[in-house]
Amino acid sequence: MSAKGAESNPYDAIVVGGGHNGLTAAAYLARSGRKVLVLERRHLVGGAAVTEELYPGFKYSVCSYVVSLLRPWIIRDLNLSRHGLRIVPLECSYTPQLDSPGLCRWPDPDQNRQEIRRLSRRDADNYPEFGKLMGKLARFAKPFIDELAPDPTSLRPGDLWQFKRAADRFRALGDDLVALQLKLTTMGGVDFLREFFESDQLIAPMSCSGIIGTMLGVNSPGTAYVLLHHYMGEIDGSSRAWGFPIGGTGAVSDAIAASALEFGAEIRCNAPIANIRLKNGRATGVILQNGDEIAARSVVSGCDPSLTFLRFVGKENLPADFAASLENYKNRGSSGKVNLALDRFPEFVQRPGIGPHVRGDVAIAPSTEYLETAYDEAKYGAFSQRPFINVVFPSLLDPGMAPPGKHVMSCFVQYAPYDLASGAKSWPDHREAFGDAVVDTLAEYMPTLKEDILHRQVLSPWDIEQEIGITEGNIFHGELGLEQLLFQRPVAGWARYRTPIDGLWLGSSGAHPGGGIMASPGALAAKEMLRAGAV
Amino acid sequence: MPRKTALFERTADLMTSVAWKEWAGYAAPCNFDAYSEREYFAIRHSAGLLDLSPLAKYMVTGADAARYLARIWTRDITRLKPGRVAYGCMCDGEGKLLDDGTVACLDPETFRVTSSEAWLGWFERHSRGYQVEIEDCTDRLAALALQGPLSREILQAVTEVDLDAMRFFGVAAGSIAGVNGWISRTGYTGDLGYEIWIACEDALTVYDALLVAGKPHHLEPIGLDALDVARIEAGFVMQGVDYISAQHCLIEARKSTPEDAGLGWTVNLERAGWIGREALVQEQEQGPKWGLVGLELDWAEIEALHEEYGLPPHLSPLACRNAVPVYSEGGANEKPVGQATSSSWSPTLKRYLVLAQVHRKYAALGTRLSVEYTVEFERRTITGTVVERPFFDPERKTFTPKAAPKGAS
Repeated sequence: MSAKGAESNPYDAIVVGGGHNGLTAAAYLARSGRKVLVLERRHLVGGAAVTEELYPGFKYSVCSYVVSLLRPWIIRDLNLSRHGLRIVPLECSYTPQLDSPGLCRWPDPDQNRQEIRRLSRRDADNYPEFGKLMGKLARFAKPFIDELAPDPTSLRPGDLWQFKRAADRFRALGDDLVALQLKLTTMGGVDFLREFFESDQLIAPMSCSGIIGTMLGVNSPGTAYVLLHHYMGEIDGSSRAWGFPIGGTGAVSDAIAASALEFGAEIRCNAPIANIRLKNGRATGVILQNGDEIAARSVVSGCDPSLTFLRFVGKENLPADFAASLENYKNRGSSGKVNLALDRFPEFVQRPGIGPHVRGDVAIAPSTEYLETAYDEAKYGAFSQRPFINVVFPSLLDPGMAPPGKHVMSCFVQYAPYDLASGAKSWPDHREAFGDAVVDTLAEYMPTLKEDILHRQVLSPWDIEQEIGITEGNIFHGELGLEQLLFQRPVAGWARYRTPIDGLWLGSSGAHPGGGIMASPGALAAKEMLRAGAV
Repeated sequence: MPRKTALFERTADLMTSVAWKEWAGYAAPCNFDAYSEREYFAIRHSAGLLDLSPLAKYMVTGADAARYLARIWTRDITRLKPGRVAYGCMCDGEGKLLDDGTVACLDPETFRVTSSEAWLGWFERHSRGYQVEIEDCTDRLAALALQGPLSREILQAVTEVDLDAMRFFGVAAGSIAGVNGWISRTGYTGDLGYEIWIACEDALTVYDALLVAGKPHHLEPIGLDALDVARIEAGFVMQGVDYISAQHCLIEARKSTPEDAGLGWTVNLERAGWIGREALVQEQEQGPKWGLVGLELDWAEIEALHEEYGLPPHLSPLACRNAVPVYSEGGANEKPVGQATSSSWSPTLKRYLVLAQVHRKYAALGTRLSVEYTVEFERRTITGTVVERPFFDPERKTFTPKAAPKGAS
């Protein structure tokens, strides 16, 4: 389509970036009859939720690898089940040890209790109580991820009403839980968990939820809060359940894309943009890297805030304090990804077999000291020699991910700091050494692993930035620290998908309520645009 | 995924049915045959033998053991003498019921506690400052229940302990079938009966010896189905069925105080310093909200109701644990006043028995209420009258042949 033709029949909205949030925004806008175009830089949609066959017959969920927070109302609104979304639950959370069977946390409470009793009978008894408390707190926090971020400065009746409802929910928690909520927002994950548990083998894997995607350690203050995010997930109303999408996380993006297409959206791949086109301080469309200009009444970005504003808009076009806040915004990717194609299943020496213990996620987190040591290295610009690794074997949950009898293994690895001591750009020189450290670590638990590997993909945060486009490779489009959440995401005063640039909206993980395959930012941004009459 | 108890190989062998259910994380037989009636009648006419091992069991020892237990238990354990057992319950700080169970005083500094579920976390949380050791011995200690009118004769055949002299709620150490253990005159059937506490590795020896000794007396291995009918006849509440532990309640209003669950008699508000007392004192001032009542359903109405459908009255041999609504007298259009939580036909009493939690003002003896009753999904009501609990209370339950004269301890 020529630039001229586009000008004569402009789009209501252009979505920049075909990640799961961009696609969701497009689907919602198209569903309301708007003319929508999605522009994706790569040859396929999905962003960080993509499935790629990088080795013949073996499919990798290249970046993101499990689903839990995908909002049920979005699944219903967009008919995602009809468009092929299938999520199977993870059956276990296994933390292996080198010299003992380690710990399996099961969905069944009794089985779980018997397992934890081997470490500490007291912890086994306290575990369900802890789950119940966290469940209550998660119920308090959950409505926030399904509605606009509260605005503490607004006196509009609707905003005050939203605050009142939140305050009522907070009061309804009762004194004990309010105290717990405050502890949760201020304490380090390990300290918080030690108030309930004594076994380090239990505390270590539980504390990991608090550090994922952040450049913080398990003892750092504030990490307790992120634990809560893991108690907010659900599959079919069963809370806390994590699942694997059949076909990999790319299948989630594909289902949303299929829904958007059915509603009439247009999706164009291999269409990288150079800039968001501005006219008199207003976004009027985009300029592609090939020079084409496409006009639209509104532009909504599915990219991270730093990329959207500092690169596509340009600092010179932004209010100075907004630009300054964005420059302080913490991206600092801290994790990498290693995907392996395997000739056979590499059994764990301390728990052999291909049982339910490996049909879930496996956390290499043998002790809190191990995790803190991993962080120590990262603080000074090196990847961890013995990192925290979260492993999933997608081929055990979806046989379509690998040829019969063969397997794929997805390893989320932390810490791999974007800013290496030798500079982020030196990652290509360290990438394979990083991959080796991951495989060496895993091989201590799975002795046959090295001989089973047919193909290996290593992604450092720098690679994620190059390949997927996310600034500094932060999987959440910016850390999920309290200071960057709710009405402060991405920048205080701009948490409701609007931006200082008229006609430009932010509907990505960098907007409220944040990262993870949740689709809320895209959906809520689209709804807000429709409500404001911007499209 | 339930585990096996120490007796699994024997009970699995004796069962002709494959009727297992999960009990506190262990596999437990529901019944040994296609029907549980023979097992039920053994409890009431000869004796039944039940594997009680899944019960949560703790050893509490130390100089402060009694004082500590008196703090977390509703009964005053400091006054419990060696050789005696006390039934009681445990509350949270708001006076809401957590669990019920027994405390046995084995010697002045050694107590064995049983409860329906695991509480080590709770026990340890409140043990700070007390000289006390708490051991969860659930996996190490097996337990058997031998219940029924002939249980004394059967057990006496394999033990030196003088059972004729053991009083109701007594406990004594001794040799049973050649192994060391403890016998207590306690149970969950409301009948003459004993519970036997032995190390897991000795469990099979004792179980087999009892089966042999019991053979001429028609002893039957029994499962949980028969036990459930017997415990309803005895009017005993069950945690998780007749009340929900405050630990598990999701709805605040569903928590029960001891009074609400019919366990008010285990509480002494005069005594100070135990967890939950302050809240319960307040409750007493305001008057308890709920009461646990025993109801007897009107048999003539049951018959007439079935007659409407051209059916003979149908009686299940199983107890029912599905909670159903209870209304004030007059049927389902009247005011809902509570819920019936357990019910069973009593083959011994020939009465239809119900345990129900109802608003206090409907709890008086003789009050007539309407209880939901279903005939093939058709919801109707039957009149139930509040009657005395226990429904079944034979003299043999407490009779001691060689009882010490009153006044002697």
